[in-house]
Amino acid sequence: MNTPAIDRSKMTVSDEVAIQVTNMNKWYGQFHVLRDIDMTVNRGERIVICGPSGSGKSTLIRCINRLEEHQQGQIIVDGTELTSDLKNIDKVRSEVGMVFQHFNLFPHLTIMENLTLAPIWVRKTPKKEAEETAMYFLEKVKIPEQAQKYPGQLSGGQQQRVAIARSLCMKPRIMLFDEPTSALDPEMIKEVLDTMIELAEEGMTMLCVTHEMGFAQAVANRVIFMDQGQIVEQNEPKEFFNNPQSDRTKLFLSQILGH
Amino acid sequence: MTQSSMSFVRDKMLTQQKPPVSEVGAVRWVRENLFSSPLNGFLTLISLYVVYWIIASSLPWFLNGVWTANSLGECRQIIEANAGPGAEGACWAILRERWHQFLFGFYPMDAYWRPVLAFGLMLMALAPALYYGLRRVNMLMLGTVSVLTLLGMLGVGTDGFHLLLSVVVFAALFAVAALMPKKLLWLTLVYPLVGFYLLWGGSVWGPVGVAIGFGLLVVVWNKLQSRLGAVVAGGIAVAVALIWWLQVQPMVTTPLAHMMPIRLMSVDSDQFGGFLLSFVIGVTAVSASLPMGLLLALGRRSDMVFIKSVSVVFIEFIRGVPLITMLFTASLLLNYFLPPRSNFDLILRVIILVTFFAAAYIAEVIRGGLAALPKGQSEAADALGLDYWQAQRFIILPQALKISIPGIVSSFIGLFKDTTLVALVGLADPLQGITKMVRADINWKGVYWEPLLFVGVIFFIFCFGMSRYSMYLERKLKTDHR
Repeated sequence: MNTPAIDRSKMTVSDEVAIQVTNMNKWYGQFHVLRDIDMTVNRGERIVICGPSGSGKSTLIRCINRLEEHQQGQIIVDGTELTSDLKNIDKVRSEVGMVFQHFNLFPHLTIMENLTLAPIWVRKTPKKEAEETAMYFLEKVKIPEQAQKYPGQLSGGQQQRVAIARSLCMKPRIMLFDEPTSALDPEMIKEVLDTMIELAEEGMTMLCVTHEMGFAQAVANRVIFMDQGQIVEQNEPKEFFNNPQSDRTKLFLSQILGH
Repeated sequence: MTQSSMSFVRDKMLTQQKPPVSEVGAVRWVRENLFSSPLNGFLTLISLYVVYWIIASSLPWFLNGVWTANSLGECRQIIEANAGPGAEGACWAILRERWHQFLFGFYPMDAYWRPVLAFGLMLMALAPALYYGLRRVNMLMLGTVSVLTLLGMLGVGTDGFHLLLSVVVFAALFAVAALMPKKLLWLTLVYPLVGFYLLWGGSVWGPVGVAIGFGLLVVVWNKLQSRLGAVVAGGIAVAVALIWWLQVQPMVTTPLAHMMPIRLMSVDSDQFGGFLLSFVIGVTAVSASLPMGLLLALGRRSDMVFIKSVSVVFIEFIRGVPLITMLFTASLLLNYFLPPRSNFDLILRVIILVTFFAAAYIAEVIRGGLAALPKGQSEAADALGLDYWQAQRFIILPQALKISIPGIVSSFIGLFKDTTLVALVGLADPLQGITKMVRADINWKGVYWEPLLFVGVIFFIFCFGMSRYSMYLERKLKTDHR
């Protein structure tokens, strides 16, 4: 991907730990979907998680805001451990934004209402202030003119940008992306990736499950490769792509980069 | 252009021409819809003949109808005199003489204005809920209903004082609708008590006491909710309200009733009948079964085992039992289970069981709507940090209810028509109870179609109205793919 103009001045990784996953295991019934996951994410990191389908990468990031429950081990997000305690879960969820493959906008609400609902009811922001914030982020994702429309009237790329803006309105400290471009036409992938790059330039901590290897090379500071519920290999993007160590990684890379 | 040449250049553009006659207007419609093939043409002719036969055999009956007569015999004489011997005709005179029983049952005649007023106020109380925030629609509804209600009250005879009072109330409501339409929802909230007072009468302080109890409940809950959480605060609020209703209220309202004896003549439940009864049961059960069905549907999808199993057992039990069984339960069995000497009104018992019945069906309709929502919707709500009730209120239910509108309204229509089944437990519903009673009169013995047609037409008007409203609502709420 040719995006030479990436501003790296704020893309710095601090020593502060944002997410700490230790010895985490998860089962779906009898199926051991995540096995002994150990992962530390520092603030400011931009991590791309890739791997074949069914490798558990989506499940992993869904565990981080507890859309999925883990059965063993520990997940600490921003100093809050995720247990069955609803208060902790709500706290983590309001600090962690998530963008889904299928956007998951609320079709019965206008774009503006989609963006202001959570700030008003979770953060207790006054309506006017919430709308100003919403307009700010809509301008950032370059669709302020769509504020009064409904999601069904927007293109896929626009909807995904609205979904990103909706998460940003909660002023999250961490953003999770679950295959944000997999449901989009090629033309729209670029506008969404551009938005994500901008976000990275501002120093946001990001975890992206994606197969956009161009994005990984341009933005990520670390690439994690998963297979069969385990982390198989992780490295800096340059090393990861040019000098993969495990055979599984080599096979995967040859398959997705080979065509 | 020669047959085989590959190249072709058009040198003259063609102008638009009219389509052939057989492809436009009425001719085309007839061709396509009535005579598109020999079989269809044949079926069209047969249908035309059937329509002709129905009209030809029933029209004289309607045309020969007699409106003024004192008995069926007199009707027949008039018809024979007008249309010749052997002619048949409708004897509408029975409706002219007995219409009030179809509408009010055995309600005291000099108090007919009370059900009329209650019905008018009910329509006004429905308007702000059905057309929320639409100022002009609300004003139009209120204005029209006011005028019709006043005319109705004049028609059945109302004393000057209450007529004047109604005019003042209507004017006040109209002013509210014009100035602050959203405040009109208060009318919807207090209407149940107003309606109860108007219909059953008695001292005004009873309903006022009940209203104070609800007020206490809301105030206590509001004060405590932020400190103790919704569940504990709710429990305390209900306890406070119960103490008020059971212990304090009688001590306060009895002396008040002596000091300020504002009261309407009490009317017993067994004097209710006809459409008054249908509406009391139907409207109460409809408005109570929707929230109950909602909670049951949510309960059935809940992760909490206890709540889930209670909901499942309730729904499956109620749906597995015919309504008639439930009505018999209401009239006979329920008394055995209630504390001794608690004399539960029969209409109230019937309303409770009809509500349960409708709620179980509505719960399943709403569950269908909930199941139709993609899982991503609740995941997105969770990911944004909304709690369970916020997610249900803002994201899940608005969409699920929208999907369920046709099913919910079908349930309501069915419920409204099922109110006629109360005839089986001895209540005077319009279809069986009143009709049977009217036919028992020696003057009208032998009248068959007329009362049934009358009752049928009224049911049709209201059920059709509900159906049209649901279509309006679906159009209004359609926001997804425009």
